[in-house]
Amino acid sequence: MYIIIALVALVFVVLTGIVISRLQNVIRGINKSDSTEVVTSGNKVNGAMFIVILILGAVGITWSYLHSTEFYLPEASSVHGRRTDDLFWFSMGILTIPFIFVNFLLFFFAWKYQYKKGTRATFYPENHKLELIWTIVPAIVMALLVFTGWKAWSDITSDAPRDSEVIEITGKQFNWIVRYGGVDNNKLGDYNYKLIDAQNEVGIDLADENSFDDFTNPSEMHIPAGRPVLLRIRARDVLHSVFIPHMRVKMDAVPGMPTKFWFVADKTTADMRAETGNPKFDYEIACTEVCGQGHFSMKMRLIVDDEASYKKWCAEQATFLQTYPEYLAKVPENLKAKAMKYVPAEAGAPADSSATSAGGAGASTSLR
Amino acid sequence: MSAIEGLETAHHHADEHEHHHEAQNFWQKYIFCEDHKVIAKQYLITGILWAVIGITMSVIFRIQLGLPDSNLSWLKPVLGGWISDAGKLDPNFYLALVTMHGTIMVFFVLTAGLSGTFSNFLIPLQIGARDMASGFMNMLSYWFFFIASVVMFASLFLQQGPAAGGWVIYPPLSALPQAHPGSGMGMTLWLASMALFIVSQLLGGINYITTVINLRTRGMSFDRLPLTIWSFLITAVLGLISFPVLFSSVLLLIFDRHFGTSFYLSDIYINGEALPNVGGSPILFQHLFWFLGHPEVYIVLLPALGITSEVIATNSRKPIFGYRAMIASMLGIAFLAFIVWAHHMFVTGMNPFLGSVFMFLTLIIAVPSAVKGFNYITTLWKGNIVFTPGMLFSIGLVSLFVSGGLTGIILGNSALDIQLHDTYFVVAHFHLVMGAASAFGLFAGVYHWFPKMFGRMMSTSLGQIHFWLTFIGIYLVFIPMHYVGIAGFPRRYYQFTSYDFTHKFMDMNMFISIAAIFTFFAQFIFLWNFFYSIFKGRKAPQNPWRSNTLEWTAPINPGHGNWEGDIPAVYRWSYDYSKPGAKEDFIPQNIPYSQTPESNLPHENEQIAMEKLIESQNFNDQFKSNH
Repeated sequence: MYIIIALVALVFVVLTGIVISRLQNVIRGINKSDSTEVVTSGNKVNGAMFIVILILGAVGITWSYLHSTEFYLPEASSVHGRRTDDLFWFSMGILTIPFIFVNFLLFFFAWKYQYKKGTRATFYPENHKLELIWTIVPAIVMALLVFTGWKAWSDITSDAPRDSEVIEITGKQFNWIVRYGGVDNNKLGDYNYKLIDAQNEVGIDLADENSFDDFTNPSEMHIPAGRPVLLRIRARDVLHSVFIPHMRVKMDAVPGMPTKFWFVADKTTADMRAETGNPKFDYEIACTEVCGQGHFSMKMRLIVDDEASYKKWCAEQATFLQTYPEYLAKVPENLKAKAMKYVPAEAGAPADSSATSAGGAGASTSLR
Repeated sequence: MSAIEGLETAHHHADEHEHHHEAQNFWQKYIFCEDHKVIAKQYLITGILWAVIGITMSVIFRIQLGLPDSNLSWLKPVLGGWISDAGKLDPNFYLALVTMHGTIMVFFVLTAGLSGTFSNFLIPLQIGARDMASGFMNMLSYWFFFIASVVMFASLFLQQGPAAGGWVIYPPLSALPQAHPGSGMGMTLWLASMALFIVSQLLGGINYITTVINLRTRGMSFDRLPLTIWSFLITAVLGLISFPVLFSSVLLLIFDRHFGTSFYLSDIYINGEALPNVGGSPILFQHLFWFLGHPEVYIVLLPALGITSEVIATNSRKPIFGYRAMIASMLGIAFLAFIVWAHHMFVTGMNPFLGSVFMFLTLIIAVPSAVKGFNYITTLWKGNIVFTPGMLFSIGLVSLFVSGGLTGIILGNSALDIQLHDTYFVVAHFHLVMGAASAFGLFAGVYHWFPKMFGRMMSTSLGQIHFWLTFIGIYLVFIPMHYVGIAGFPRRYYQFTSYDFTHKFMDMNMFISIAAIFTFFAQFIFLWNFFYSIFKGRKAPQNPWRSNTLEWTAPINPGHGNWEGDIPAVYRWSYDYSKPGAKEDFIPQNIPYSQTPESNLPHENEQIAMEKLIESQNFNDQFKSNH
């Protein structure tokens, strides 16, 4: 950091020097009578500046790039993420060539062909062959980039594999809520935004029996490693956008229009902790579509488990009906019996957070 | 008016336009003026004032982002309650600043300030017309812009703050006052202001197009138009097609906000209440918005490229390389601009197939853009370059345009956009290619045409210093911003301390902020130079840059009607610089080939026969037409 400050200070000093030296020219220039020649004062200085900036710019960009690499995200933790990363750096590599080439020519020509007394510019209005070349070459490069990008894009956005773990994530001002299909039928129940209230934050529709074993979590999302995960993305109030930087996942959450994104995470949180050497490392979910005051802190922890721990975690979660047994009232009569299985024994009493699914199952047996 | 009438009027004398003789009072002369030159200056000054406000805002939020621990109490006299007692910026006001910075810079500075100024100023002067086709509409255009400005400015002082949903004002955030304080009265005024602004743009655009098509002087065929005029014409067409779409999206949003419709709203539960709206789509707004929003990028950029073409050719003392290719690429860019809008929406949940289509179309734009870049460079090649401030800014523009444009190839690739969308990589990209490049076009234009506007010269040395400080400053701000974007930092974040993945890289953000403040202060050199030179600058010579275009044949301080006596006729294109054999290294457009036998190319000698025809043509003089 101090190097940067020092660098900035240096730039300031150099520029101040230039300004002062040039200002003297200004003062001298005021008394000059106008000449008929176009030549502006300081033509040579400005020509030289192009070369100075060219060299300083090349050094500065190289150095600052190398300095920055340590702050970039670690290698992507998802299969498609590594692919888009490779594609990104490949494209950047290709584009660096015209970046250097064009800026070099521009600055070099500006210096080389600066005004010289007695010389005259070359009258050179067109050259169709040259123009054809620099139309076709970019077109070919574009075609290459489009094709690789299109292949990646259509693979990433293809339908999720059948064995995907389906998880619903809902954005609201200003946090995320995840919902799982539950351990028994592993299917997400229906929802309806009109059913949302203080407890039923995502509007679970208890008229659908698939919803009985659903469980929600407002603070962390667990996903299994090495298996496709399909995110069903919803928004409750305004636009949000699910951003999982380490997974290279991003998709907007749109009220009234569910969206989706599937990916395969193949590095567990524990793997990443070992890889980064940071025992506190955590995957994070952020919001990237401006959504109001708390936009910058819509954080959710993401934990990537191996299959066994993931299964275990899911089994330990209290279902929505377990947590809020009073919602049993919303279950239609013909499904009540089924729903009872997920309600703790002391139905109607305040939620018992320590109740496990095993306990719940036991209770339902006795009720039956 | 028919051609025969024109022939007749050609023999009349210039002093016959009696209906322009009545003396004008102060109001008619400087305020409600119908003269295109005064209107251009009104646009320019208003644009500069807006730029000062817009850039100041960016400095305030850059301090917040780069120096988050700083105590901002010193801003309390200006911002009042938006600074907490502990000296911290209010997060809601941060969003308002970001939003207003974008709105002001894109619409009020780079659309009105750039296109409004130079289309108005240069079109009549460079095509050889007395004024715009309709001076009255032109005046209305400015005053609608002025009212839009007043409304937007007033919104800055609201208790709840101005609009704050990002300059793209995506609903439902912008549609629901309960979602954010900035979506209340601030958004109402934003929408009202934009509606007025669109009216202003349409009035202006119709005028520019009509003037270019109908009021060109004798001999000024389309293939002799300077590239500036081509760019203004194409820009006006773009605006005329796309701004009405923004108007419709704004109108529908107003309906959703005030009249209970559900164009953009569906399935919303907010503040403990489920709203009755169903069936609308927030994505619809994004489609409508970006149908303007993307052409808007070119509405901002094309005039800057046109100005650059003119300034680079003049100061390289060379014809612009590939005049026809330049026009073709501008037309190509303009056409493609309308069919790429959804590349802003790759990750909005839009059908991925559409994403593929828009990726393909987007990347095609790189081809005409590359042609333009290479043509500028070839124009410099073997030139005899004079580094006037206008020239420096034009060269700078090409550099920024290329550097910023290249990352567009990354972002236009939908697979790569997944990670980069709404990160600082995008911010860096569009600030270089559209923001800074267009601002450089504005500077180039001001430095180059200041002598024609005010009859005085700006200080060259101060202009050169201003250029170098700005050019270096811009790169110091936006190159590091790419790194921040690659590191995954999302935009429109009040602070970066909430996440582990953004709770680092503080030195880089600090560096960017310091560079931004540095660049900000460099602009005061320009402000001083500009306002000082209006009153105290050296008197301008007739043709200070030894340029070919028609405006330099008008008096140094052109009066109403631009030329005393007849409007000059045009015999050649505007790029006859350094023609082999010619006495001087430039031959203005109004010099007939018959006067320059020493430098004529074979096919040009044949055109000498055409000169009689040009001279006998309709003057197309508004002062001489029968009303």
